Amino acid sequence: MRKYFKSSLFVLMAIALVSMCAIGCGSKEEKATPTPTATAILTPTPTATAATETYKIGAIVALTGTYANLGIPEGNTIDMFVDQINANGGINGHPLEVIVYDDGGVASTAATLANRLLEQDNVLAIIGPTTTGSSIGVADFAEVNEIPLISMCGAISIVTPVENRSWSFKTPPSEYQVLDMLFPYIVSQNISKIALIHSTSGWGMAGKAACTAEAAKFNLSIVDTQSYAPEDVTMQSQLTHIQGTDAQAVMCWDTEKGSALVAMDMKTLGIDLPFFCSHGIANKGYMDQAGDAADGTVIAAGKILIANEVEEDDPQKDVLTQYKADYEAIYGEGTANTFGGHALDALNILVPVLENLDENLDLTQSDDLALARADIRDGIEQTTNYAGTGGIYTMSPTDHLGIQTNTSYGFIVLIKVLDGQWTWLKE
Amino acid sequence: MSAEHFFQYLVTGLYQGSIYALVGLGFTMIYAVTQIINFAQGEFVMLGGMLSFTLINSAKLPMPLAIILSVIATAIIGGIMYLLAIRTAKKASIVSLIIVTIGVSIFIRGIASEIWGIEPVHTPAFSSGAPILFWGAHIQRQELWIIGTTVVATILLHLFLRYTMIGKALKACSVNPEAAGLVGINAKSMALIAFFIAAILGSIGGVVLAPVLPISYETGVGLALRGFIAASIGGFQSPIITVVGGVLLGIVESIAIGVSWGPFSSAYKDVIALLVLLAILLIRSGKLASEERAS
Repeated sequence: MRKYFKSSLFVLMAIALVSMCAIGCGSKEEKATPTPTATAILTPTPTATAATETYKIGAIVALTGTYANLGIPEGNTIDMFVDQINANGGINGHPLEVIVYDDGGVASTAATLANRLLEQDNVLAIIGPTTTGSSIGVADFAEVNEIPLISMCGAISIVTPVENRSWSFKTPPSEYQVLDMLFPYIVSQNISKIALIHSTSGWGMAGKAACTAEAAKFNLSIVDTQSYAPEDVTMQSQLTHIQGTDAQAVMCWDTEKGSALVAMDMKTLGIDLPFFCSHGIANKGYMDQAGDAADGTVIAAGKILIANEVEEDDPQKDVLTQYKADYEAIYGEGTANTFGGHALDALNILVPVLENLDENLDLTQSDDLALARADIRDGIEQTTNYAGTGGIYTMSPTDHLGIQTNTSYGFIVLIKVLDGQWTWLKE
Repeated sequence: MSAEHFFQYLVTGLYQGSIYALVGLGFTMIYAVTQIINFAQGEFVMLGGMLSFTLINSAKLPMPLAIILSVIATAIIGGIMYLLAIRTAKKASIVSLIIVTIGVSIFIRGIASEIWGIEPVHTPAFSSGAPILFWGAHIQRQELWIIGTTVVATILLHLFLRYTMIGKALKACSVNPEAAGLVGINAKSMALIAFFIAAILGSIGGVVLAPVLPISYETGVGLALRGFIAASIGGFQSPIITVVGGVLLGIVESIAIGVSWGPFSSAYKDVIALLVLLAILLIRSGKLASEERAS
């Protein structure tokens, strides 16, 4: 009998371990209980007068887990921004408080935290989450509970179709906008056949869908599509498969960790094809991990990485250089990246809306809070010509991303890694 | 799939399979002696890699010394884990003890993320140089180190279990704990030794892996899953079958990508690997059941 029990125990344990991994490899369970990290400093004691009532915003970022390299710059930017605003007297005298929670990049945790921000913290709006997987759940939640959400994830499905996403906005350029820049460049290099390798994360799957849909538009054929799980040890087998095809270039859709491993494995296997990545690697960590294997990687991303080279009369110039200088003064040389920029843009879009908030609303009353949230939603939708780090934003009832694609300076640039540095690839 | 590509899939499979095998051996050692499935096994791998990073890159120790020190340090952590978390639980059931190991794993990950941060780190390769070309396959030198280390570790473990007194005592505990107790083998000391050995095996895996796979505080989780599969193939009893199982799993995963076509892309490699596991578990449980009937 005991042996029966033992063998069934193995099966049970196997299932338990597999499901643990499915829920989110490396999710830090102890962080699932939310603790407000890094809430805003400089919050004066609230007084009875409405004029100094604190404006509370929630933020869900991945400070731990596989996507922490994206979430940490976002968290840092939020801290920095709140300090700056409050040092300058707040928003019309109201101190700003951003309650930052860590979801570890896990969708189920993000949903719990969103609920907590709504029910317990009574925030006016939510910024985040960092990842596509988490954002999809929270966007649905925002729709049902009527709370404005400005996501910092890449995938366009957070704001489309707009009828189902009337409360959701986002600041990072979509995967389609990036491909509209990257694919023409690939074609201009006389490449017609590419191989796609992507992770099975939410971002990787969104990239696969976008690449497949966009490739036909530019007469590119995807001759091989390979995927890997974020916790895989090596991608050599997938790349060997690609080697067996007539692909002229390799396109990798993942964040920096997986992409760095793909770049290293390509070097090992001696695959000397042009290497393109998604804007999910637009972070110094990519070069740190991949070393010389990173050289030659081409991405299309926002302008922060090459902020100093942006032309003086580009409307984005000021916000880019100011942000880069502010951020790197605190967190070190070369640390500013597009992910922190997404958080900055979200806050910069939100603050003017908060400035116009009706002073007579009593935010401790649930009816007034609901009115304030509706006003904020309407306000965000009316954002016009905000020059941010990600582009020039003009929102509308049919466009909740709002990045203007027809500007003379563009908003996404081609960037190549040369000698361990991001270099602007001007055409 | 051409011949040289087939050989490349095989080598890659052998390389990743070796890592699964090292992790699996740790599961097997602890389970055989204590009946506990140690979910912190992946964390031993991570600690080995992280400690060697600190000693080589930050403390600038010579590589062999750094490697030995990180393995010893992880072994001590493994021992402390047993003494503080498992032994103090005294009469707790096996299931409770398994849950304790999950707690330890989360604890170690939390501490590691505080000490080393969340950025993955890597150490220099043991021997530098371009990948070796062999039968059309490109093999990184470090991959040979990993495969070689696994082979040597398996042989040493086998000799240890077979020819030393402590090894025989460990085996006795796994075959029949009651009888082992009757002939004067101290089960508690044996359990401590099993944790030492498991931590040593895991940390060796981490040390040899760190130059090719950037290690972060959460690397252990994914590795533990594959190591667990390797150990289940070995029935958590036989170190040799565990190693064979790990290597087999690695090769199956790799070849599955090689033969993938059309809609059956590499996304199905885990499905194939888990199907192999399920098939083996079904066959094994059938075998166990027939043994049960016979006795």
